[in-house]
Amino acid sequence: MTFELETAANPEGLKRVVIEPVSRVEGHGKVTLLLDDDNRVHQARFHIVEFRGFEKFIQGRPYWEVPVIVQRLCGICPVSHNLGAAKAMDMIVGAQLTPTAEKLRRLMHLGQVLQSHALHFYYLASPDLLFGFGSDVARRNIVGVAAAYPDVARQGVALRKYGQEVIRLTSGKRIHGTGAIPGGVNKNLSPEERDILLKDIDQMIAWSRDAVELIKKIYCDQADFHNGFGYFKSCFMSLVRDDGALDLYHGGLRARDEHGQTIFDHVDYSNYWDYIHEEVRSWSYMKFPFIRSRGREEGWYRVGPLARINNCDFIPTPLAETERKTFKAFGGGSATQSTLAYHWARMIEMLHCAEGIQGLLHDADLLGTDLVSRGERALRGVGVIEAPRGTLIHHYRINEDELIVRANLIVSTTHNNQAMNEAVRQVALQYLDGQKLTEGLLNHIEVAIRAFDPCLSCATHAVGKMPLEVELVDAGGNIIDRLNKNSDGRCDA
Amino acid sequence: MSENKVRIATCSLAGCFGCHMSLLDIDERLFGLIELVEFDRSPLTDIKRCGPCDIGIVEGGVCNAENVHVLKEFRKNCKVLVAIGACAINGGVPAMRNNIDLWDCFQEVYCYEGGLECGQIPNDPELPLPFDKVHPISEVVKVDYFLPGCPPSGDAIWKFLTDLLNGREPKLDYEMLHFD
Repeated sequence: MTFELETAANPEGLKRVVIEPVSRVEGHGKVTLLLDDDNRVHQARFHIVEFRGFEKFIQGRPYWEVPVIVQRLCGICPVSHNLGAAKAMDMIVGAQLTPTAEKLRRLMHLGQVLQSHALHFYYLASPDLLFGFGSDVARRNIVGVAAAYPDVARQGVALRKYGQEVIRLTSGKRIHGTGAIPGGVNKNLSPEERDILLKDIDQMIAWSRDAVELIKKIYCDQADFHNGFGYFKSCFMSLVRDDGALDLYHGGLRARDEHGQTIFDHVDYSNYWDYIHEEVRSWSYMKFPFIRSRGREEGWYRVGPLARINNCDFIPTPLAETERKTFKAFGGGSATQSTLAYHWARMIEMLHCAEGIQGLLHDADLLGTDLVSRGERALRGVGVIEAPRGTLIHHYRINEDELIVRANLIVSTTHNNQAMNEAVRQVALQYLDGQKLTEGLLNHIEVAIRAFDPCLSCATHAVGKMPLEVELVDAGGNIIDRLNKNSDGRCDA
Repeated sequence: MSENKVRIATCSLAGCFGCHMSLLDIDERLFGLIELVEFDRSPLTDIKRCGPCDIGIVEGGVCNAENVHVLKEFRKNCKVLVAIGACAINGGVPAMRNNIDLWDCFQEVYCYEGGLECGQIPNDPELPLPFDKVHPISEVVKVDYFLPGCPPSGDAIWKFLTDLLNGREPKLDYEMLHFD
């Protein structure tokens, strides 16, 4: 595991090729390549060009505001941030959740993962998989899918809608609701609301099974190609339940190395920094986490559906468990390392979510009225959850006035930072090295990035060289902001 | 591809993508919409640069030099420009950093020692220059319509778009206007 192609030995005189913005992902990133005169790749980087500074600007806010504010990190998985922060705040208020509160949160989260996985597969990734990586640009989108595969598109839209409705009925709003609060939840489900969701759940399970069949067929019809595309080995990390089961809401941390050997297991996540450190590199606003015991070069890992399916001992819903066994048998019994296998693993999880929702809807606790609990106060809270894209860590400290004094967030996509860069470099070597670069070939790099379903939410697209001085001029020609960049990188207004 | 379809472009600046998600929350109405419109540059297509369009929808505020570039390209190419959601309209949650020194913000995130190695402020030329404030898009370009909400609901977006596509002045009933 070395960082080959991360930095060119002699960047002088190399051509710069840029893919920006990376499209059909949530949020924004860009890829830069440095090539010599023979189009040999010397450097390939996947940059995150966003900076928002949530950790700083929530300081001084009351702790109970945080689960609502921080979900604005992301409009695609707001529930995950709401729940990650709420779990941290549960520690701060000393709560032991009531069965009703925990099950409502679990239901909300399953709705979240279901809709996010449906969004990614049908709206964003399926054009590559159905039409081919180098197919016509005009067709490579959900509109193209709707024209060529109307039933597939309609199922995708309906699955996402169902997940969004689960979120709305448990949190009040489809996006940025207020479902989870410190110590519990804001509302329960009425019998009428439960019945609305029960009415369609059998159909959602059936369509989720169709989705697994579809990706399985696509993958296995060209198994060698899909296995080899952007292939590399890595460690994996995820939460697992006490008995080793897949659990998206709660558990201990498990990490395995590239040979499947356990690095740590059932770790209490409230001490996550004993196991995970982060590195900053100059060329990305996204940090590079790694497993501390293995160091920066050997300790990077993948999270998300592939990590979870590989890491868990079983899935506690029957249909998804059957599919997990098929998946595992396909990999010869060991962890599947292929980048594109993320899609397959993601659809198995979507099926698990649909089954899990069905199970919870039949649980009488959901209609309970005991929604919030309180216990002994603490000044520190850590909340970890398996968001759609992987392990999500929220960590806060408060003062005696109950105001936030320190926060650290390691979002799912950050854990995958090194892995996404690795995938980009593998594809660059496999398909681009020495080639005349076409749009279709460059899309191969994006296909590899998309497999991770990265959420880069936030902004911007760099074009050309960054100016050293920028003026922001309003529509009337007035200068409203001016910045200089000094040689130390510091920006002065 | 029909020549007489309305062309729509969308982009996300300093936002969270929630407004784009809300656009997808029109659910099955998407299939009716794509009979009438064609999408130009958007996070949902692979078109990287905006071409001439009838409607441009912008999510998120302006937080760095590249946002300005993208926004101005949109304004130049789109006959009608729509600011969608709290961030585009007034900066939204990202603008909570406006009363903090940007350098302090960077220090906190990239140099605080807890579990961090090689702490430094990222400063590569590939990274766009950040502004010390997050600005509403109306401070940079002329905006034709403001659609409020964090995010506006799928129903509100649908009403707005169908009004516009049918040549009506967009008008949302009171209950569709939310600012949360």
